[in-house]
Amino acid sequence: MAAVPGKIPASQRAVAFGKLGLLSRASCCRSRAARFRPGYLSLSPRRGLAAATCTASVAMDPLQTDRLVAELRDEFRSGRTRPMDWRAAQLRAMLRMIDEREGEIIEALDRDIGKPAYETYVAELSTIANSCTNALKHLRSWMAPEKVSTSMISFPSSGEIVPEPLGVALVISAWNFPFLLSLDPVIGAICAGNAVVLKPSELAPATAALLAKLVPLYLDKKAIRVVEGGVPETTALLDQQWDKIFYTGSTRVGKIVMAAAAKNLTPVVLELGGKSPVLVDSNVDVKVTARRIALGKWGNNNAQACISPDYILADESVVPKLITAIKECLLEFYGDDPSRSKDIARVVNGSHFERLTGLLDEDGVKDKIVFGGARDSNKLFIAPTVILDPPADSAVMTEEIFGPLLPVIPVDSMESAMSFVNTRPKPLALYLFTRDKALEKKVVSETSAGGMVVNDTVLHFVTETMPFGGVGHSGMGAYHGKFSFDAFSHRKAVLYRGFWADMASRYPPYTIAKQNFVRNFLQGNYLEAIKALLQNLRS
Amino acid sequence: MESAVIAAVCGEVRGDFKSGRTRSLDWRLAQLKSIVDLIKKHEEDITEAVAVDMGKPSYECFASEIFPVKSACQLAIKNLKNWTAAVNVPPLLATLPASASMKPEPFGVVLIISAWNFPFLLSLDPMVGAIAAGNAVVLKPSEMAPATSALIARLLPLYLDKSAIRVVEGGVPETTALLQQKWDKIFYTGSPRVGRIVMAEAAKNLTPVTLELGGKSPVIVDSSSDLKVATRRIAVGKWGNNNGQACVSPDYVLVDSSCSTKFIEAMKDTLKSFYGENPRESMDISRVVNINHFNRLVGLLDDPNIASKIAHGGEKDETKLYIAPTLLEDVPLDSKVMSEEIFGPILPIISVRSIDEAIDIVNSRPKPLALYLFTKKDKVKEKVIAETSAGGMVVNDCCLHFLTTTLPFGGVGESGMGSYHGKFSFDAFSHHKAILTRPFWMDIMARYPPYSAHKKTFIRCLLEADFVGVILCLLGLKG
Repeated sequence: MAAVPGKIPASQRAVAFGKLGLLSRASCCRSRAARFRPGYLSLSPRRGLAAATCTASVAMDPLQTDRLVAELRDEFRSGRTRPMDWRAAQLRAMLRMIDEREGEIIEALDRDIGKPAYETYVAELSTIANSCTNALKHLRSWMAPEKVSTSMISFPSSGEIVPEPLGVALVISAWNFPFLLSLDPVIGAICAGNAVVLKPSELAPATAALLAKLVPLYLDKKAIRVVEGGVPETTALLDQQWDKIFYTGSTRVGKIVMAAAAKNLTPVVLELGGKSPVLVDSNVDVKVTARRIALGKWGNNNAQACISPDYILADESVVPKLITAIKECLLEFYGDDPSRSKDIARVVNGSHFERLTGLLDEDGVKDKIVFGGARDSNKLFIAPTVILDPPADSAVMTEEIFGPLLPVIPVDSMESAMSFVNTRPKPLALYLFTRDKALEKKVVSETSAGGMVVNDTVLHFVTETMPFGGVGHSGMGAYHGKFSFDAFSHRKAVLYRGFWADMASRYPPYTIAKQNFVRNFLQGNYLEAIKALLQNLRS
Repeated sequence: MESAVIAAVCGEVRGDFKSGRTRSLDWRLAQLKSIVDLIKKHEEDITEAVAVDMGKPSYECFASEIFPVKSACQLAIKNLKNWTAAVNVPPLLATLPASASMKPEPFGVVLIISAWNFPFLLSLDPMVGAIAAGNAVVLKPSEMAPATSALIARLLPLYLDKSAIRVVEGGVPETTALLQQKWDKIFYTGSPRVGRIVMAEAAKNLTPVTLELGGKSPVIVDSSSDLKVATRRIAVGKWGNNNGQACVSPDYVLVDSSCSTKFIEAMKDTLKSFYGENPRESMDISRVVNINHFNRLVGLLDDPNIASKIAHGGEKDETKLYIAPTLLEDVPLDSKVMSEEIFGPILPIISVRSIDEAIDIVNSRPKPLALYLFTKKDKVKEKVIAETSAGGMVVNDCCLHFLTTTLPFGGVGESGMGSYHGKFSFDAFSHHKAILTRPFWMDIMARYPPYSAHKKTFIRCLLEADFVGVILCLLGLKG
C-alpha cells in the first residue's frame, strides 16, 4: 500500500494514543488482503491534519487482561452495579458528558473521519442522548420482574421472569460511528447492571483517546473501563472469559469473535454488515426516492455505515428518471465540486481509499460510471459516484462497498429483484420504495434482512421500539431500547410454590389409579382426575 | 450415513425451505396436528422404546416425554396465528409520519441435536418450535437411545412432511458431518463440553445457537421448610425423573445444619415409601442408561473419601445397570462427586451453617441450569433470588418450571444460552424483522444537505422533541 505523498515519513511517526500507553497495530479494517497483517500502516489526514495511527506496537500483556477481568469481576460481585441508583447515575453522567463535551466529540469525529458536525450531532450524539433518556424513563419497569400466569399443572403456584445482569461484558466497537457504537451498547450493559469493558476502534484514534479520557471522568471508573488498542489487544481480550460479548464490525471478524466466545460458552451479539439492497418499483415518487436514498447513502458517514444503501435494483422503466433525480440531488446536496463540500464525511483512511478506487477501476465497471468518479488521494476524497449496471460478478457487486459508490441495476420486475437479493447473504437492511401495498407485503414475506424500511432509508436505526440487528451473515442478536437491556440480561424463570397441597399422586409407587390421575390431570380432564384420585384414596 | 449423503440431504431440505412451503400457516398447522396424531396412535410404541432405552416407567414417560410434546403442539396450534402476526410498535416521533412493526420470520433450515435422557421429548419439543416458526428441520436423535431414535426415524416420515422434516440417525461421525453443513439455526441439548464444539462449528457460518446444557443444580433447604414435603419433592425431582439423569435433576443439597439430621432421616423415609425396602425390585425407577455411565457413577462412590460418607443406599448391580438411590453426607466440597455433574441416583447432602454459606458455595461454581430453594421465609427467597444466578429457579419444589410454558426454559453461563417452551420456542426459531414504513409525502428538507445553521437548529429541536422550537423554526423565528 503506497504511502501518501507529502505526509510524515514512517520513521518519524509518533506514538499518539492510549490512556494505558497502549499502542495499536494498524490494520486495514475490512480489506480482506490486509486485515490482521502486522505492521500495516494507515494514515488519516483530515482537513490538513496528518495523524499517524501507529508505529511499532506493544501487545497488551496477557497478565494485564487477566487482571483487568479479575478486577471487573470483583466489582460485579461486590453488587455495586446492580442497584437502580447506580445504573441511573451512570446514564445521567453520560448525558452530562455529551452535553458538556459536545465540542470535543465533534472535533474528534472530524479528525477521525471528517464527519460534519450536523451528522455527528444527528447520528451519534442525539442518538446516544435519546438512548440514555429513554432508558432512564423505563429502567424501573425493565428491571421489574415480569409476572406470568401458571397452569393447573403446578397449582397452586405463581411465576415470574426476573431479569438479572450477566456479569462482566465486553463491548468491541467500530470506527465508522466510533462514539455511537461504543456507548450505545455500553448503555445496554449498564442498564442491565453489568460491569463492562469497552474496546473502541483503533481506526478512529481521536475518538478512542477521547473516550479513554472522558469515560473515567464521568462514569464509574472501576466498573466501566476503556481499553485502547488494536488487534493484539482485542485478541488478548477475547481470550478472557466474559459473560457477554457485543461486537460491531465485519462478518469476517464476527466469526473470529464467536469462535473465541465458544471456548467459554459466552453468548454474543454480533452486529455485522453486508450489502443492503434498495429495491425501487416503478410506482414511486422518484424525486423523494432519490433524495432519501442519497441521504441514506452519502449523508450517513459517506456510505461507510453498516446500513448504508449499498446498491439499487430498480425497475428498468424508472432507471433513467431515478439516475437523473439522484444526480440532481447530489448537485443540490454537495454542489458542483463535492470535494469542497463541508457536509460530507471523508473516506476513513488510505487503505479504504485504495480499496474503493480499486472497485471503480475494475474492468467492466469503470466504463459504467454515469456520475462522479473523481478522486483525490490527498484529501481521501472520492466523489459520490453512480455506476449503471456493473457486472453482477464484479467486486463492487459482490463485496460490501462501504463507500460513496452506488451501483444501479435495472431489473425487469420486482420478482427478479427479489430473486437477486435472495441468492445473496441476508443483509442487515433492505430498503423498498413503492406505493404498491401488495408489493410491500410480498417483499416483506419473501425476502429476509435484519430490518427493513419502506420508502426511506436507515431510519429504523433510531426507532428504539424495534430491535436493531442482523440475521445470517449480517449478524445475530439485537439492541436499542429495551432490546439493549435484554441483550445484556439473563431472564431467570422463577416458579413459586407453597408446602401445602401436596399431591400424593405425584409420587411413586405408581399405581394404576395414580397413573390415571396424572394422565387426566395433566390433560385437563379434571372430572376423570378426581375420580382417579378418589379411587386412589380408596385403595 | 456418509457425509456426502448428509450434504445431499441438507441441500434438499434447503430446496424445500426455498420453495416457501414451510412458511404457510396451513403447512405448519398440518405438521403440528400430525405430531399430535402420531402421539395418539403410537403412545405405546414410544413408551416401549423409552423403556428399552432407559428403563423409564410408563408413568414418567407420559408425564415427562409424551404429555409435554403433545401440549406444546396444542399450545402452538392454538396460538400460531397470534405468534406469527406482525406486532405494531410506536415509531420515534421525529420520524413521523411512519408506522413501525416487527414481523417474525423463519430462520430457514435448522438442525436439532437431541439427547439420550429424554429421547422423545428432547427431539420433538424443539421441533415443535422450529415447525411453528416455519422452518425446515433436520433432527439428529441421540444414538445412545437407539430404540427411540429408530422409532422416531421410522414414524416421522410417515406422519410429517418427509422432505422438509428429516431424521438423520447416527453417532459422532454423523453429528460431525451435520455440523459441517451450513445451518440457519442450531439447537443443541447435551453437555457443556459438546456445547462448545457445537458453538465453535456454528461460528464458521455465523449460525445462531440455542444450547441447553447442564451443570450441578443445587437444592438449598432452610430450617423453616416442611421437611416431609421437601424431601418428597426433591426425591421425585431426583429419582422420579429419569433416576437423576436429567439436566434439571437436583444434583446436591445444601441443608441448614440445625435440621440436617432430620432431613436425612426424612429423605430415607421418603425413599422407602417410594421404592420400598429393596429399590432394585421397584418398577418405578429408570435404570442407569449404559455401562459407561454406570462405571462413572460407581467410580464416584468408590472414592475412599466418599465411601465412608454413604448415609443410605450404595448398592449396585452391574447386570441390571442398577445403583440404589444413594445419600452421601457431608462429602468434601472438592471431591469429584461435588465437582462434576452427577447425572445419576447419588445425592450429596451438605450441611451449612447459614444461607450465606449456601449462597457462597453455589456462587463459587458455574451457574447451574436450575436452582431449588426450600423455605417459608420471604426474605430468604428474595435473598437467594437476588444473590445467585441460574437458568431457572423453583421455590419449594423441583423441576416443575420445565412444564410451565409461560416461563422461558434455558441456561446461563456454563448451563447454556437461549431458551424455549411455549412462545419462547417459536421465538427461538424466528428472526424478528423490524419494519419501518413511511409515506412519500411530508419530506422534511432540514434532513438534507447543505446543512445550514437554520437546518441544524431545526433538526436539533425536532430530535430533542422541542416542539415549540420546531414551530418557531418553521415560522422562521428561530435559527
